[in-house]
Amino acid sequence: MIDTDTTLDMGRMAEPGAPVISVRGLAKRYGRYQAVKGIDLEVRHGEIFAFLGPNGAGKTTTVEILEGFRSRTAGEVSVLGVDPADAGAEWRDRVGVVLQESAVEPGLSVRECLELYAGYYRTPRDIGETIALVGLSEKAGALGGSLSGGQRRRLDVALALIGDPELIFLDEPTTGFDPSARRAAWEVVAGLRELGKTVFLTTHYMDEAEYLADRIAVIADGEIVAEGTPQTLGGRDHMTAAIRFTLPDGVAVRNLPAGLRPLAETQPSGGAVIRSETPLLHVQMLADWALGRGFDLPDLDVRRPTLEDVYLSLTAPTGGTHR
Amino acid sequence: MIAMSVHQFRYDVRAFWRNPQSRFFTLALPVLFLVIFASVFGGGTDRTVKIAGGRIDTSVYYVPGIIALGIIAAAFVNLVISVTAQRESGVLKRRRATPVPAAAVIAGRSLTAVVTALGIAALLLGIGWVFYGAHVVARTAPALVVTIIVGTLAFCCLGFALASVIHDEDAAQPITQAVMLPLYFISGVFVPVSSLPHWLLNVASVFPVRHLAAALLTAYNPHTRGAGFAGVDLLIVAAWGAAGLFVALRRFTWFPLGR
Repeated sequence: MIDTDTTLDMGRMAEPGAPVISVRGLAKRYGRYQAVKGIDLEVRHGEIFAFLGPNGAGKTTTVEILEGFRSRTAGEVSVLGVDPADAGAEWRDRVGVVLQESAVEPGLSVRECLELYAGYYRTPRDIGETIALVGLSEKAGALGGSLSGGQRRRLDVALALIGDPELIFLDEPTTGFDPSARRAAWEVVAGLRELGKTVFLTTHYMDEAEYLADRIAVIADGEIVAEGTPQTLGGRDHMTAAIRFTLPDGVAVRNLPAGLRPLAETQPSGGAVIRSETPLLHVQMLADWALGRGFDLPDLDVRRPTLEDVYLSLTAPTGGTHR
Repeated sequence: MIAMSVHQFRYDVRAFWRNPQSRFFTLALPVLFLVIFASVFGGGTDRTVKIAGGRIDTSVYYVPGIIALGIIAAAFVNLVISVTAQRESGVLKRRRATPVPAAAVIAGRSLTAVVTALGIAALLLGIGWVFYGAHVVARTAPALVVTIIVGTLAFCCLGFALASVIHDEDAAQPITQAVMLPLYFISGVFVPVSSLPHWLLNVASVFPVRHLAAALLTAYNPHTRGAGFAGVDLLIVAAWGAAGLFVALRRFTWFPLGR
């Protein structure tokens, strides 16, 4: 008894920054197909960790191993200090799961669903408060089957939260949502950070990861191909910015000042683009030159590669398609 | 564990009641069958059926038979359909992600079946008593209750076993009906056993429906002497239940099989 309590308390009191999930050399093979090829991951206490990857990259396999739903072929996995492969009710009490697909409990209202699930846990959260947290207060008496897709997903999140878990898995929580439902769902997930929860989020939407995640790992073909913050992922912070503009008639790229000319090229569409590692300096040079000649560049656009650009280059089947 | 099972039961039974299909197939249909069969084949004063120890009114004869049907509807058909649907739609998988023990989920669902089966049996007995003058003798009443409970538990186990081999929720309803309808006809539920050919009865004797109906008839039959326990029939029903339990324990899964 004493031993169990001690471990539990250590888990509960884990300080910010301590690893909640730790994975070393995780591999999973289905017959001759190697779905996950020896990956390492570390998720720290209190962060939102996004796990990105195209369909079939090994994303769901990895998550289901971490959730204790699937066995693994090799590697070490520790989630809240326990190997999920032999985790029991004690561990499930501390983990919340939003599955990729799961129907609502048939025949029960939102409130009844939460009452049912609250009864499964040792120290459940307040039911009304949890319903309010996901924005379903007005639907508390409605049968699950009558909810819209977005509302059902919020009920899924409420059910994962009702046990007051330390760690929450969200498997593609907004797939198939319209933009406003996605925004609403993001607010709910962002709210979990305020509650001090650790969130493991899988998604294939870049904007979702960029908006929510503290850190991102990208899996492609069973391997982690990049890891970092949304700003630094895949060396994004060191990538050149693209300065795009259209020159007026009679002015060509070769007329640009000497400092810009070697960096500039003409686009098939007729516009010009300058690849720059020092965008501020180059924009100033461009502006001085244009204003000095008495014209404006009304469609001037300065852009760093989007997370989507980085992601697509990282997960491209042949690799290296990035500009 | 017991508290958790009761907790699960409270919500399962609520969901059961809210499902119009459950209400119709499990509650309304057996009543409908009793009224139809008793009216078509019973009714007149000379309409009797020969059973062990004497003859009884045909309408009275149908009461225990249709109780067997009600038990099977509640404990088997409804359970197979709902468990398969819950598993395939991910409801069970989601519960698996919580600390709830498997035994509590299974016991809670079985309790729903037992309570429903007792309810439908009581309803059918009441109808038999009020409309067909069929009453249960106090001497055999305990045997009747025991038979209903043994039958319910056995068919629950068989239900979990069958659900574990059906991969598609849409197939659950047709499969259970395809299994049960012929058995109802040859097991003395729809047609009195005395008017069935021997070879057909021999076929029926392999399966549990015939023995459940026979055990219920023994406990219900006013000519029965003694306490009314049909020992051999009950043992055969229980053996089928045990076999079902064995399969269910080996094959039960929380995860969808169909995809």
